[in-house]
Amino acid sequence: MTDLLTSDGMYGLIQAAYIVAGVLFIFALAGLSKHETAKRGNQFGMSGMALALVATLVLAARNSQTLENQRPLVVTLSLIIVAMVIGGLIGAWRARTVEMTGMPELVAMLHSFVGMAAVLVGYNSYFEPGAEAGSMAAVHSAEVFLGVFIGAVTFTGSIVAFLKLSAKMKSSPLVLPKRHLLNLMILLVSGALMVWFMVSGTDAPVLPLLVMTALALFLGFHLVAAIGGGDMPVVVSMLNSYSGWAAAAAGFMLNNDLLIITGSLVGASGAILSYIMCKAMNRSFISVIAGGFGSDGAVSGEVKDYGEHRETNAADVADMLANAHSVIITPGYGMAVAQAQYPVAEMTAKLRAKGVKVRFGIHPVAGRLPGHMNVLLAEAKVPYDIVLEMDEINEDFPETDVVLVIGANDTVNPAAYDDPSSPIAGMPVLEVWKAHEVVVFKRSMATGYAGVQNPLFFKENSVMLFGDAKERVDDIVRALG
Amino acid sequence: MRIGIPRESKPGESLVATTPATAALLIKLGYEVVVEAGAGAAADQLDAAYTAQGAQIADAATVWSSDVVAKVNAPSDEEIALLKPGTVLISMMAPGRSPELVEKLRAAGVTALALDAVPRISRAQALDVLSSMANVAGYRAVVEAAHAFGRQFTGQVTAAGKVPSARVFVVGAGVAGLAAIGAAGAMGAIVRAFDVRPEVAEQVKSMGAEFVFVDMEQEVSSDGYAKEMTAAQEAATAAMYDAEARAADIVITTALIPGRPAPRLLNAATVAGMKAGSVVVDMAAANGGNVEGTVTGDKVVTDNKVTIIGYTDLASRLAGQTSQLYGTNVVNLFKLLTPGKDGVVALNFEDVVQRGMTVAKDGELLWPPPPVQVSAAPAAAVAAPVVKEPAKPKDPKQALYRAALGALVFGLVAMYSPAQLLSHFTVFALAVFVGYYVISNVAHALHTPLMAETNAISGIILVGGILQIGNENTLVTVLAVLAVLVASINIFGGFLVTLRMLEMFRKD
Repeated sequence: MTDLLTSDGMYGLIQAAYIVAGVLFIFALAGLSKHETAKRGNQFGMSGMALALVATLVLAARNSQTLENQRPLVVTLSLIIVAMVIGGLIGAWRARTVEMTGMPELVAMLHSFVGMAAVLVGYNSYFEPGAEAGSMAAVHSAEVFLGVFIGAVTFTGSIVAFLKLSAKMKSSPLVLPKRHLLNLMILLVSGALMVWFMVSGTDAPVLPLLVMTALALFLGFHLVAAIGGGDMPVVVSMLNSYSGWAAAAAGFMLNNDLLIITGSLVGASGAILSYIMCKAMNRSFISVIAGGFGSDGAVSGEVKDYGEHRETNAADVADMLANAHSVIITPGYGMAVAQAQYPVAEMTAKLRAKGVKVRFGIHPVAGRLPGHMNVLLAEAKVPYDIVLEMDEINEDFPETDVVLVIGANDTVNPAAYDDPSSPIAGMPVLEVWKAHEVVVFKRSMATGYAGVQNPLFFKENSVMLFGDAKERVDDIVRALG
Repeated sequence: MRIGIPRESKPGESLVATTPATAALLIKLGYEVVVEAGAGAAADQLDAAYTAQGAQIADAATVWSSDVVAKVNAPSDEEIALLKPGTVLISMMAPGRSPELVEKLRAAGVTALALDAVPRISRAQALDVLSSMANVAGYRAVVEAAHAFGRQFTGQVTAAGKVPSARVFVVGAGVAGLAAIGAAGAMGAIVRAFDVRPEVAEQVKSMGAEFVFVDMEQEVSSDGYAKEMTAAQEAATAAMYDAEARAADIVITTALIPGRPAPRLLNAATVAGMKAGSVVVDMAAANGGNVEGTVTGDKVVTDNKVTIIGYTDLASRLAGQTSQLYGTNVVNLFKLLTPGKDGVVALNFEDVVQRGMTVAKDGELLWPPPPVQVSAAPAAAVAAPVVKEPAKPKDPKQALYRAALGALVFGLVAMYSPAQLLSHFTVFALAVFVGYYVISNVAHALHTPLMAETNAISGIILVGGILQIGNENTLVTVLAVLAVLVASINIFGGFLVTLRMLEMFRKD
């Protein structure tokens, strides 16, 4: 048994398993790009991960036999299994119990774990007596340094994102004076520390690593704290990318190709996803990452007279809906907060049974996570073929009888087109005001996440339906009979 | 205050300014409504119906001595004499074309509100009688044309032979033109339409007609109405009108320019070139007509058997409905004038709508009002003056230099790097590109599951922790155990959450 474990053949087998796992991860991501193949994609991902873990366990067991300075096999394996079981149970418990509306927070929190693990692995790699010498030692130092840096930024950044998303921290951007300069200084100092750390070779001092870790932790906090709540979807996606790069860096320092492949897959896909989202919001990628959304709109705070809004009640809306031919529902974060997706689905089913054409228009940044609304509507069993993207549905608004704006605000704000001084100017929005009637569900006349007043509420063809979105939709469902 | 609704004195007029239904709404606003006996008879609105809604029936003298008088047509000289100073008069007045009427109203000291001078902004649509009447008139124009035309509109293939579809050409895609397009299309005709404002092509298409383009620059309207064309434009469009008219069975012209005589679109030669049995409906007949040979208010047949219809009362021919629409416009005006809903007219000149339609007040002439810019002008026109330098095409050589420099630097780094790093780097570079291409076409709805999945996969960092646990150094082991623990949370949490989300997506 021990002979087999330490044989060269076993090493080759482990590498082969890694390659297969890498391929399975690529299939997983490719599968998740389409509805039809999404479930299979997830299965690929899970089997890839299982294969990789088994191979790694074997490798760890082999290491304990072949390498020096190792603990006994039994101790190593039991430590691994205990830690994995505890972690797995916690993870499974969170995944089972999380509300679908709390998904953004959960994902952000999970990112922080990857960041933390990357920092720990990096430190370990430093403490482990290194076998390399010469230029390889310097390269190894650089890898450790980068891995810890990216991991630390991901860690604090994700925690801030989590706090902002769960409203435990104010969502408005934190703007420190000279913040761009501050970020740049941190990068420069970290670069200098890295040079120091690298040239010290095999017995590099721990000080630069510690100082850099502190700086990187602060940088992660500061970067995300400076980004407003409206841009959080991009930030979460960006942190996802960072966590990938952190894993890739760990792969370099541990000479593990599987880590490199998987890390760069995640890193690249996260980056392109963030880029796609920025394009959907018509914002420059750099300016979102550098933070401060909305702070350069000079006159946004100005109080303007928009006229008066009109109020309506659930019974009238039910009437309006029953007599309509075509209805579009544009949900936003408010629907998630009120947990209104179930009554909305019920209302949709009833209207469809009456022969009303009901569709959903989803803005790319509706909610606090890309695709947030799709997930909620899917949870409530709304068929996904009537849930359309902004680009697919925007030109249909003029032929639509009634639009229900449920808890959306900035994503349906005509100021994005009409008011060049608005902080959301130029952002593509759902052109709901072109429909014959617009009903806006809202708790009060407060502004949206971007802190901008919405002229939609004061348009001739819009009426307001105040109150909790869930209760109001319930009222409508009852009135529809 | 008392609102008086007189009987229209214009010969043949069948409209009335208020129907029983809209009278009830006026009473709700706090007004007392007095209707002249028989005012609604021609529109099938009986006196009894008014009284049933709470209005009173009275004689002309009572009606004309009311605080507010609402009617359809501009008052005659005798009627102006009946008005006492300070009375609010609401009617159509065509103030741009009838300066002498405006002057008489001013001299009479009445507050004159012209319902046909409402600014064309979306907020004021609710009280724009021109829109509501043009809508009805456009429909009726098609009905009149069909009546005079010797064929069905729908093309049919029958046992008795093939019947071609009627070809209808509509000039002017305003409210009347669009209504005509819709009505003609609904009856089965092939409809083509033209307007000097190219931006309405979309509206024309939305009504199911084909827009005829003239091969030249057309202007963008800034006040919601069409303008008169320049001489050069006119020459090009005239040729188009001629060709289209000769090819059509029915021509409906709706071209009007506010405050000016109607533009001449079809000359006698064109009409003479049209097929026998063709019909022309000239909806601009009241303003002089778009067609040479139109007889205002009448129907004539030319020598080559082309019928030219110049009726000016197309909307009045659907008296009941037009009165109802007109009455609703009047009610909407009163809603604006009566913010307190207390039956008292409170004219507010801060409001561009109220200012725009006021012709005279307290002996003072208030026409023409300051211009109102309407939102119909596309925002792009404002942005146009900002001339952007066209981006210079990038020098392809520059890109080449950059690539060469990059290759050189990379080559130098690679020369002094350990071989092991390079092999890792190969794997890294390829994986980055795979990740990029795999994800580029992701469906938007799957962003969240995809992110959860990549998040779970990035838990692969667990591998690093596992390999480090076995180290004898206690610190390393402790840290590694911690790393394995948090990474496991990530892996299990991520995959299970993805699974949960994907379970929910379903197709109908």
